[in-house]
Amino acid sequence: MRWGVIQFPGSCDERDALHACEIAGGEARLVWHEERDLEGIDAVVVPGGFSYGDYLRAGAIARFSPAMEAVAEFAARGGPVLGICNGFQVLCEADLLPGALLRNEDLRFVCRQVELQVGQLNPPEGTQSSIPRGETLSIPAKHGEGRYWAPEEMLDRLEANGQVVYRYAPGQNPNGSARDIAGVTNEAGNVLGLMPHPEHAVDAMTGSTDGLEVFERLAKVAA
Amino acid sequence: MTVETSKYRELGLTDPEFELIVEKLGHEPNDVELAMFSLLWSEHCAYKHSRNLLRRLPTEGERVVMGPGENAGAVDIGAGYAIAFKVESHNHPSAVEPFQGAATGVGGIMRDVFALGARPIAILDSLRFGELDSVRSRHLLDGAVRGIGHYGNSIGVPTVGGEIYFEAPYEHNCLVNAMCVGIAKQDEMVRAAAAGVGNAVVLMGASTGRDGIGGASVLASAELGDGDEAKRPTVQIGDPFEESKVLECCLELLGKGLLVSLQDLGAAGLTSSAAEMASAGGVGIDLDVARVPLREADMAPFEIMVSESQERMLAVVEPAKVGEVLAVCEKWQTGSAEIGTITDSGQVRVLRGEEVVGEMPVEALVDGCPLYDLSPAEPDGWIYGNRVSLAADAPAGEALLALLGSPSIASKRWIFEQYDSIVGSRTARRPESADAAVLAIAEAGKAIAVSIDGNGRRVACDPYAGTVEAVLECAQNLACAGAEPLGLTNCLNFGNPEKPVAAWQLDRAVSGLADVCTALGVPVVGGNVSLYNEGPEGPIYPTPVVGMVGELPDPEHSAPSAFAGEGDAIALLGPFMPSLAGSELAKLRGELEMGLPQPEIAAVAAACATVREAVRAGVLASAHDVSDGGLACAIAEAAIGAGAGCRVDLQHLRERGCSPEEALFGEGPGGFVITGERAQIEALAGDGVAVLFLGKVGGDAIEIAAGDRSIALPLADAERAWRSLAV
Amino acid sequence: MAKARVLIRPKEGILDPQGKAVERALPALGFEGIEHVRVGRMVELEAEDPGRLAELCEKLLANPLIEDYEIESIDGG
Repeated sequence: MRWGVIQFPGSCDERDALHACEIAGGEARLVWHEERDLEGIDAVVVPGGFSYGDYLRAGAIARFSPAMEAVAEFAARGGPVLGICNGFQVLCEADLLPGALLRNEDLRFVCRQVELQVGQLNPPEGTQSSIPRGETLSIPAKHGEGRYWAPEEMLDRLEANGQVVYRYAPGQNPNGSARDIAGVTNEAGNVLGLMPHPEHAVDAMTGSTDGLEVFERLAKVAA
Repeated sequence: MTVETSKYRELGLTDPEFELIVEKLGHEPNDVELAMFSLLWSEHCAYKHSRNLLRRLPTEGERVVMGPGENAGAVDIGAGYAIAFKVESHNHPSAVEPFQGAATGVGGIMRDVFALGARPIAILDSLRFGELDSVRSRHLLDGAVRGIGHYGNSIGVPTVGGEIYFEAPYEHNCLVNAMCVGIAKQDEMVRAAAAGVGNAVVLMGASTGRDGIGGASVLASAELGDGDEAKRPTVQIGDPFEESKVLECCLELLGKGLLVSLQDLGAAGLTSSAAEMASAGGVGIDLDVARVPLREADMAPFEIMVSESQERMLAVVEPAKVGEVLAVCEKWQTGSAEIGTITDSGQVRVLRGEEVVGEMPVEALVDGCPLYDLSPAEPDGWIYGNRVSLAADAPAGEALLALLGSPSIASKRWIFEQYDSIVGSRTARRPESADAAVLAIAEAGKAIAVSIDGNGRRVACDPYAGTVEAVLECAQNLACAGAEPLGLTNCLNFGNPEKPVAAWQLDRAVSGLADVCTALGVPVVGGNVSLYNEGPEGPIYPTPVVGMVGELPDPEHSAPSAFAGEGDAIALLGPFMPSLAGSELAKLRGELEMGLPQPEIAAVAAACATVREAVRAGVLASAHDVSDGGLACAIAEAAIGAGAGCRVDLQHLRERGCSPEEALFGEGPGGFVITGERAQIEALAGDGVAVLFLGKVGGDAIEIAAGDRSIALPLADAERAWRSLAV
Repeated sequence: MAKARVLIRPKEGILDPQGKAVERALPALGFEGIEHVRVGRMVELEAEDPGRLAELCEKLLANPLIEDYEIESIDGG
């Protein structure tokens, strides 16, 4: 299993993502934003941070990089792509995921462990979540612009299609996201974006290991 | 005399200082030379009033890799790695514009650390504001926290700890001290000294604008009239995105061995960096301002030399390697320009193209500034006033709620949740979970713990004892994490040293710092001084902020502060002898006065060693040092953190000879609240280390028996008070 | 070179917490009777080919899902 983690100027959590991919299983390498070559890569991770300083809008500039053009082609062919926090923002800006991420409702950056429910699932064949419905994942969230938003009709469609994969458990929504949405997939189910950071939940020393399930889910799509 | 007296006085130079400059130059200084001297001979750069005092501090030790005089200090952590760290103040800019002042404070201290070749891995901040019933103080707190978060979060370095106090003497002079910790391979570290006559001087990073020039604007050409304020900004604006590019660029350059030396540009910009690099190397330096990348087209040479534009670094590079250096800068999309040469002239020469616009001996600029001795005089009594917010006869339960809800003691969660404390995957103990931050250092197969402390109010009561206590507090916090201290950095924030009281406070504080560091065997590897923090109402509390780094073998064996298990025994370990002098309770009652008991350093050190070993051995379920608010607060905090009550009796402590009130709310060093299995805890006693059994974890109330001042407080009430801090 | 100014605003109906925060703070500062505050962004630029500005706005300067934009050309100079 070979993972590629995209690195933009201003990315912060790319090395954490690299490490998490290796713990989940396989080899991982950084893909510089100017590279187009995803040769040999089975799954792509677009990591957290402040690509291009979050200038203009979070993710707005990063989406135009050569690497992201290659990621768009990779996704169109069904390749698995995981966007974490800023990565989620980049994927929404690139129209690889529906909706947009707005500034947290209370206008403050928040770094806090949150409980996530694994939402309605309609997973592609062979990619059952290993977490039984009803259990929650304990994963840290850290962001200033994590409020998920989409027009009501779009939200209804996402729910009906099973594209809402992670939801903040009751009382845990840190940013005012519509319908407590923390993470969504595209229609085909091979592109997944979430605001909380699973790469920071893979080692008991730093907290929980619940984040591994997110990487495992992606690995199953790759297989 | 052709230079107007008002000109140099407005720049902060005294008449004798100006005459000395004329003598050293052999002629009167021109504008460029006057600007550069006035900055390098300012208190901030020259440490005129403190340098003699700082010589008392112990700076050497087996584990010291870099000491004072370099960009930051560093200690050996094993496996060929070093931990670099330093604390620095950004007080005056933060009072003007708290967001940018705090942000650029973080940016500046990070540059000091990566200038050594160390990758920043943690930030801590130590803040002081006036009481929160002041609109101004709420505004400063809000701005500073957002600024620290903005810079640290954007650049991807976790903010893992800190401290904040709210006291009236800081109302007009807030304090923003930022500490950075970094990791470096020892053989890739670099010093600041410029070397190699004929080597090139390369400026990297952001372009140069008029940031921070304000004070020197008196030198601006007479044609600048009213309405040209826009041309003279005093606020420095930080850009963390630029800094992240400069940081990666510098670390790559150092990793490839392309740099002879590296220095960051901070206060006094190019002037101080160039002069200090040359001085450290015993060489001269030529700089051509025409080759400096500018943000504004029409800057005068003196403006270019004193600009405090952020995110810039100065490097010395062998001529053959300059091309490669510029290419690495290009890759990281950060600016770069070859702007000068190292010479053997012993002069700092400022050129504009071919024209020499300023020429000064390096020695005169950097070491020629006169140093002043202080004229200290102990004050007659307490000079800071008192304010009553709690009745002297309030019942103990009410007093505990008032203390827990007091902003200096209350939970800082509202603040630290605005900081990314986990990026980098090293954080084993997040804010509020343990007494010190703990970071894994996998490279060396161990971990470090970091704490920053300094209760200015107690230092005001007794500058010597209060400063000793600050260092002991750091050591105690590290012990709770299972860590042994390796080194210390400090920022001395004081009032006007030319006035006798602040002079006395500074003198006694530095003596205290020297004595306790010597006794503990902890070297001072670097630091900073910020003086003249004073307004019409008088000086701030004398505030020596101390940052300490320690090592521990296993990050998973560092005790949490909060109780861990129902039924666990609770005990008090150490020579703790509580007194209400200087306490938060005395403050709330308006009873502050001079005087503190003298700390017993050796006894506290022995207690630290015992706690440290017990934590490492996994004997303690939790460990929390007793500080602000005394034992009752320490116990309450541990209970709230665990969501579990407790039943304790302070009888054994009272038998040491203190009243019920002192036992509950008295403060002082040498107290640890520890929990675990009773027999194992009591076995820790011995060799001069006392362990007093207090009670047990359990129930949903905090019950503390203390003679006629007993407390029975529902946990929920205590939590509500303790979690009340927000703006 | 044509000088232009692009004004970008959050779309109606989207919660604008910045606008709300500003609006809430105004009475305490002595400003009464101010409503419907919305906070956006302003980009100024000079373009050789002003015909491409709309495309630039749609693709980069604004996110059409959540923002409206308005292009103003600046006279003179």
